[in-house]
Amino acid sequence: MSDNQSVKKWSRIFVANNIWVPIIAIVLGLICGAIVMWIGGFNAMEAYQALFDKVFGSKYDIGETIRTITPLLFTGLSVGFAFRAGLFNIGADGQLIMGMTGATIVGVKIDFLPWIVHAPLTVICGMLIGGLWGALAGYLKSSRGVNEVISCIMLNWIALYLSNYLIRTVVLKPGTQRSETIQESASMSIGWLSTFMDNARMDWGIVIGLICTSLFYIILWRTKQGYELRAVGFNPEAARFSGINVPKNMLKSMMIAGMFAGLGGVFEVLGVFHYQVISAASAGYGFDGIAVALLGGNHPVGILLSSILFGVLTYGSAGMNFSASVPTEIVRIVIGCIIFFVASQGLIQMLYKPFMARREAKRKEAA
Amino acid sequence: MGQAVPVVELKGITKRFPGIVANDSISLQLRKGEIHALLGENGAGKSTLMSILFGLYQPDEGEIYINGAKETIDGPGKAIKLGIGMVHQHFKLVQNFTVAENIVLGIEPKKGLSINYRNANDRVQQLSEQYGLKVDPKVKIEDITVGMQQRVEILKTLYRGAEILIFDEPTAVLTVQEIQELMQILRSLAAEGKSIILITHKLKEIMEVSDRVTVIRRGKVIDTLVTAETNENELAEKMVGRRVSFELAMERKEPGSPLVKIDNLTVQGADKGKNILENISMVIRSGEIYGLAGVDGNGQRELVEAITGIRPIHSGSVMLGNADLTQVGIRERMVSGIAQIPEDRQKHGLVLDFKVSENMVLTTYKDSRFGKNGFLNDKEIERHASRLTSEFDVRSAGIQVSMRSLSGGNQQKAIIARELTRDPQLLIAVQPTRGLDIGAIEFVHERLMQAKNEGKAILLISYELDELYKMSDRIAVINEGRIMGVLDREEVNDEKLGLMMAGNKLGAKDGGAA
Repeated sequence: MSDNQSVKKWSRIFVANNIWVPIIAIVLGLICGAIVMWIGGFNAMEAYQALFDKVFGSKYDIGETIRTITPLLFTGLSVGFAFRAGLFNIGADGQLIMGMTGATIVGVKIDFLPWIVHAPLTVICGMLIGGLWGALAGYLKSSRGVNEVISCIMLNWIALYLSNYLIRTVVLKPGTQRSETIQESASMSIGWLSTFMDNARMDWGIVIGLICTSLFYIILWRTKQGYELRAVGFNPEAARFSGINVPKNMLKSMMIAGMFAGLGGVFEVLGVFHYQVISAASAGYGFDGIAVALLGGNHPVGILLSSILFGVLTYGSAGMNFSASVPTEIVRIVIGCIIFFVASQGLIQMLYKPFMARREAKRKEAA
Repeated sequence: MGQAVPVVELKGITKRFPGIVANDSISLQLRKGEIHALLGENGAGKSTLMSILFGLYQPDEGEIYINGAKETIDGPGKAIKLGIGMVHQHFKLVQNFTVAENIVLGIEPKKGLSINYRNANDRVQQLSEQYGLKVDPKVKIEDITVGMQQRVEILKTLYRGAEILIFDEPTAVLTVQEIQELMQILRSLAAEGKSIILITHKLKEIMEVSDRVTVIRRGKVIDTLVTAETNENELAEKMVGRRVSFELAMERKEPGSPLVKIDNLTVQGADKGKNILENISMVIRSGEIYGLAGVDGNGQRELVEAITGIRPIHSGSVMLGNADLTQVGIRERMVSGIAQIPEDRQKHGLVLDFKVSENMVLTTYKDSRFGKNGFLNDKEIERHASRLTSEFDVRSAGIQVSMRSLSGGNQQKAIIARELTRDPQLLIAVQPTRGLDIGAIEFVHERLMQAKNEGKAILLISYELDELYKMSDRIAVINEGRIMGVLDREEVNDEKLGLMMAGNKLGAKDGGAA
């Protein structure tokens, strides 16, 4: 009985909204990609084969795929968390950049602490700066009524140029366009695991990411704070009438969302590159995060699964290019199509409804 | 007339949905020029039956005859072709189109390639005059009242040549005056030879306007009666399936000492220039139901919001017992003992996408018994929700389903269960029985009376005078943000209240009775 119940509980988490929609969207997305490749004169089967070979081909590739997944997971959680409180956090990109910058500065400048203090301190600083960046948009929303989409987009650009400025003036490695390398005591790489994975860049990011995934669930569904956030997300008016402080909750949700995204940036610096470059444009993790959250139905398990999918597609696209000489951009088309199909749920329901109805009828007949 | 071929005849209509039989072999005849009321509680199957007639659903069994000919109505298009028109409860109008543009939408009169608006305006004007609807074809929908919008819906059906008009709960959204005007319109439509089906659960309207009544209960026709030969009590009994008393059979305890003191309360409008509420003073005693009458939009909403802390107070004070609540926040006021049954239960009282159990703690989730250290104690919340739902007879498929899946009556019961169980000192009930059926209304009234007898102070705001008469110990009248006077339950009558609601101060006419 209790076994059965726990199974039911798990299945409920997985089929939170409707598990068929994302699955069919993924299949349709892959088909669309295949059609585009076919039009371009490429062999789609071969290309997809190459994609998966690239991902699962060696220990190194598996490790590097996990590295690609990590920032997507963090930004997906960031966007999903804000969504749950009824806010559209399009600013995960800026929050991630600020997280990177915070980690870089603390990681480079402090050089007298042992690893056990310095590394966590750096992580926390980066996380808080990301959270602050999110809270900025949340504050503008809650106190001034500024639409968070507008402020987030502006904050993304501010973050990018502020970050470039800080690297140039505070931690620039002379004669280059990047920061100094962070102190060894701030590194979050896992050396022995990297050695084991044939020198893939392994770090603590994915572990923290998984912890954050469960925190996402615990905060929203197990705490009173999460109860308030979800109430605000579903019906701010009823929340207000029930004595919940709506602006404060919006601020909090944006801050937590910013912290998730900030952590994504932290591990890019501390775990993967160990320095930050001055860049003309952002890497776009924040925007991929929107796609991850959407496909994952804003549910932690869904976000984890969809970040894995996007990570696999993104990393695998290099292999597609190499062995089937298909341009990597094809994968962006596939991702775009998946998002399109998820967003147009009605279309997909139209496709599977008759199928489900037939199955239902069969079940009835049998009974 | 009885021998003539009925305009609509339904024979043995049966419609099943998973788990329920919504219509069980229903037969019904609609005669030309009659107003035929379809009476039944929420969920009795009235709307399903009319959706079948309008082609939105297909019946599983049964036949439909229109003017004696058997028809299959496979969609609203076919229904319109057969001269059937439906005025929905929720209007389907384009807000920033004019009246005429809305009416001709989809079948615009053309002149070459462009729409002939002059023609459209003229025809709408002519129809409007013919039936006494007084609708200006050139104004935009967003600028006219709900009552007027409903007339536009009526015109829409007439423009499409409807001979048979179905009205789905048409008075649910109207004010008292608008209801009177609608009744007039229905009569003039019938006089012009239109046949009307009126879906409702309001007995008064049926008695006033209909020729015959068909009562439906749990998907079955209970009886069809000639209105003139029946009365409200008989109809109510047939509808609910048991005797219904319109008077509360409960004892009514005398109120105690003053509990709530509202003193010179003033609330400013958005532009700061005009006061929405001006110097409102009232004293509500413990164990008293203090009724507040008034036409919708005279400051009732603002008063409730000022007392509960949702709207800032400009001057004056709100006292509960010895506690001054004027400056404290919403939650503090709730904790101090103010509870509210909001007017718009779906928008303000519930989170529809939350589970039933989550909704049952919406105002109490912070209590330590629902979890310590910031965590939620799901077991306790579920136990609490189970207890409340069974005690207040909230019917649902379980406490795990979303609140959205419950009927309006059960949603209201859920709010009442939640708020009364908090054991408040002051309960503010705004239109607590709006849109509920008789059984549910009885239930709500009993619970309110019980709360009163337990010594709670109750502020009852309602636009239905009958409800105020039945429940209140005293009735105050509000007009343009001012209290016009307060009457004891023995001395109220329609005339006095009517004058005050129109803006005359109590005592202005009969020389200082206050």
